[in-house]
Amino acid sequence: MANTEGRIFGINGPVVTVKGSDAFEMQEMVYVGNEELIGEVIGVTRDTTIVQVYEETTGLKKGESVVGTGGPLSITLAPGIISNIFDGIERPLKDIRNLSGAFVERGLKVSNLDEEKMWNVTVKAKAGDYVTGGEVIAVTQETNLIEHRIMIPPGVNGTIDWIADSGGYKISDVIAKVKSGEGVTDVTIKQKWPIKKARPYSERQSISRPLVTGQRVIDAMFPLAKGGAAAIPGGFGTGKTMTQHQLAKWCDADIIVYIGCGERGNEMTQVLDEFSELIDPKSQRPLLDRTVLIANTSNMPVAAREASIYTGVTLAEYYRDMGYDVALMADSTSRWAEALREISGRLEEMPAEEGFPAYLASRLSQFYERAGYVTNLNGSEGSVSIIGAVSPQGGDFSEPVTQNTKRFIRCFWALDKSLAYARHYPAIQWLTSYSEYIDELDDWYKMNVAHNFMEKRNRIMAILQEESSLMEIVKLIGADVLPDSQKATLEVARAIRTGFLQQNAFHKDDTYVPLEKQNRMMDVILLFDKRIRQCVDKGIVLSKVSESGIADDIIRIKYSIGNENIDAPFKALEDKINQTFDKIIFERVE
Amino acid sequence: MAIEYMGLNNIQGPLAVIDGVDDTFYEEMVTVTLDSGEKRIGRVIEISGDKAVIQVFEGTSNLSLTNTKTKFMGEPMRLPLSKEMLGRTLDGIGRPIDGLGDYFADEVRDVNGQPINPVSREYPNNFIQTGISSIDCLATLIRGQKLPIFSGDGMPHDELAMQIARQAKVVDSGDENGDSFAIVFAAMGVKHDVANYFKKSFEESGVLGKVVMFLNLSNDPVVERIITPRCALTAAEYLAFKHDMHVLVILTDMTSYAEALREVSSSKGEIPSRKGFPGYLYSDLASIYERAGIIKDAKGSVTQVPILTMPNDDITHPVPDLTGYITEGQIVLGRDLSLKGVYPPVSILPSLSRLMKDGIGEGFTREDHPDLSNQLFASYSKVEDAKSLASVIGEDELSEMDKKYIAFGKAFDEKFLAQSRDDNRSIEDTLDLGWELLGMLPKSELDRVSDQMLEKYYKMAEE
Repeated sequence: MANTEGRIFGINGPVVTVKGSDAFEMQEMVYVGNEELIGEVIGVTRDTTIVQVYEETTGLKKGESVVGTGGPLSITLAPGIISNIFDGIERPLKDIRNLSGAFVERGLKVSNLDEEKMWNVTVKAKAGDYVTGGEVIAVTQETNLIEHRIMIPPGVNGTIDWIADSGGYKISDVIAKVKSGEGVTDVTIKQKWPIKKARPYSERQSISRPLVTGQRVIDAMFPLAKGGAAAIPGGFGTGKTMTQHQLAKWCDADIIVYIGCGERGNEMTQVLDEFSELIDPKSQRPLLDRTVLIANTSNMPVAAREASIYTGVTLAEYYRDMGYDVALMADSTSRWAEALREISGRLEEMPAEEGFPAYLASRLSQFYERAGYVTNLNGSEGSVSIIGAVSPQGGDFSEPVTQNTKRFIRCFWALDKSLAYARHYPAIQWLTSYSEYIDELDDWYKMNVAHNFMEKRNRIMAILQEESSLMEIVKLIGADVLPDSQKATLEVARAIRTGFLQQNAFHKDDTYVPLEKQNRMMDVILLFDKRIRQCVDKGIVLSKVSESGIADDIIRIKYSIGNENIDAPFKALEDKINQTFDKIIFERVE
Repeated sequence: MAIEYMGLNNIQGPLAVIDGVDDTFYEEMVTVTLDSGEKRIGRVIEISGDKAVIQVFEGTSNLSLTNTKTKFMGEPMRLPLSKEMLGRTLDGIGRPIDGLGDYFADEVRDVNGQPINPVSREYPNNFIQTGISSIDCLATLIRGQKLPIFSGDGMPHDELAMQIARQAKVVDSGDENGDSFAIVFAAMGVKHDVANYFKKSFEESGVLGKVVMFLNLSNDPVVERIITPRCALTAAEYLAFKHDMHVLVILTDMTSYAEALREVSSSKGEIPSRKGFPGYLYSDLASIYERAGIIKDAKGSVTQVPILTMPNDDITHPVPDLTGYITEGQIVLGRDLSLKGVYPPVSILPSLSRLMKDGIGEGFTREDHPDLSNQLFASYSKVEDAKSLASVIGEDELSEMDKKYIAFGKAFDEKFLAQSRDDNRSIEDTLDLGWELLGMLPKSELDRVSDQMLEKYYKMAEE
């Protein structure tokens, strides 16, 4: 069958109208113009077809041909994805560099993955086995960290008629033939999958395990679950990207998909450089061995920015299907929403709020709902956790992207400008942030960290809440006039804020803090709280406590106590606190 | 043989529409010749069937539907480039206006440029010493960075940009005579006086021979303004990546640029987003700012210092807001400091340099720099708290500690921030000054500094 072909009729930015054929399908991938730029059909009427082009349209002429490919925009799934850096439609940027030098040119033809590389494949299935979609039939070591499990594509069921022997294969090689009632299907190592369609799974599981990040304000205060979705909104300069980088470096997922969506080029370079140097503490391998980068920087074509989010989540789902826990960071979803707005504006669609299209909410929900903890088709368990940065205009959280995002996520880490101005990082505001996963994760914390972890967390939150209402008074009349019981609250809250919530990403120990240490730090703070209240009850002036300098010892725990062998130093510190207070109380009795 | 089209179909603001055009491409250049013989140039910005929408750079005044002939040039907007551009003054679309005639072009390039491949970028970490304490210590400029100045009308942003241009140097680069240093200056919609100020200052400091100036003044055609920064950056990329020069690009004023974009967008009848600016303002600004950086395999670099005036000093206005999301930090000038006579009035709390963390400290500036800058930020934010408390209960009622902070804040403004227009402080002087000021606060208040640094650098001030 000949491919559908039309002619360019009009051009407006990335939007091209096409006449001459009514056979284009919605979301069909097309080649536009003589340079064969990649595009996607986004509207079809009786006589015109509307196409968005993933590359710059400068130089396109009316009358040039537009050729359909017969299928939706799809990406290639096969070994070679991890450690790679792609643009928004899965074209490897390193190959693009080899073709066009330091700048990205248009209409480049590169294959998504290395087609020539030989992979050392170990076959697991044998002829005669009955297989269904998702079943692992062979494996290969993709990087030192990741074993790539080669699966039967979803929708293919039958008996293995023939299967290759273990050995070296390219990704296009047929390694099995599956026979079913409908005939024989060749199974290659690589699969194609349309990016806008979620990959199937067998069943959704309930949330039960946290995504441990080593960031105290997240793990202890507002935890995210594996398979959950979180948003990080914040104005510019509040540290969204920094937080995303910290999570990508330290969270305990098996695989990280990092999408730079409409953000700075230098940031992607930084991730690339840093992740090849940084060593994963668990495996002693570079972090890049478990990371995929998708870079569509702000000056790259806007339509590809829209696609980059879907490309990323499709890659994440593919590795989930193998039984991995995948964490996806999207920085920033606002840029993606703006790409939607830009295209929508060019289509002259009726805008809803602030010029955003009316389908903004449904697109956001489709994206975030692709997160989840599932049982895969092959029976293994895997998860996709999504962490999306949001860049609200003017730092105002009431704008449409933040508001609509809030409806589809359950963990909200609100970044605050005034905290960032005071260089309190991570600038996650404890009063406006929330996590709905706390109850579901309670059991896990009980079993794995401490039986009263959540109680301690709630006590700390209560102190912070109390501090914030006291601060209203302090702002008006100063702290001096407060009664000692309230001053004690301020003192403890200060220890919590600077000693616990604030975390130094550039310090070798403080950049990642294991849960045990977080737990012990909370113990120390609550011990301080308990003892300082005893002093208040006994009518001891609080200046005695501040003179002792014990609060500074607590604040400095993050630097003074390392991450390993924490028992002895914590014990020593607790003893010191007790002795200091005993002495203060004793002197008073004297 | 190019066809000339007689007359126009429609004129709306800076846009002209021609019917019956068959053979044009998107962003093709056109020349429009009036009956009087005057020639103007324009660019195709939309094609719909046989209708082409043309943006006329010099404006559409005196154009009528019948008095024009339009010719399509068969190429996109290109700028002739040569090393001879240094020392020259060009108009907003790159035509010499200094009366010295054309220069011999070495090559021509499409002014839209192409995005730098992220894998080809070199992560910037070369500290540029500007000699200005507030910038060097707290919002450090790095070679290859884009660091805008957010200002307001009536504040000395031009002087500050000029001082940066004059004093900027990379310490220990072995390039003391500045052979490989160049400045590209682009004025968009600025007043004659401002353009003259820059020209005179370049002359006085003897660098005019290293400057390429692109001038689109406030009474020049608005549409031209959209091309001006692109021409400037094309010239900068050429000098940096072909001739290995370190180019500092000053773009002023980005707000006028964005307003020009809004004007064209509304003439085209596009759906506006915030404050009437087009929905693609972010992408459009990014296509300018992202053209800063360093690439592997090239010795040069493009560093951008765009200047923008915040209408009504509002940092949440779309132009500063979107700029802040794209650039690697910002230097914010404060009205209150400016009124107090502090020059440069850098409001340090909202100012930020995203790249500084990798370009300061041991091996770059001095080991204490990261801790010191963190501490200064943290302490200065407490000054603000103390000040707001003082405004309610009066300064006398403040606690001893708050009074110390007020004194520290005052000294900080007067000694650290304020410096004269030719005061060129070395980074060591700046850091020492910072420690001297921290000496006014007791040691226990310094919670962002590690113990070793305290030990080594902290000295309590004498009462």
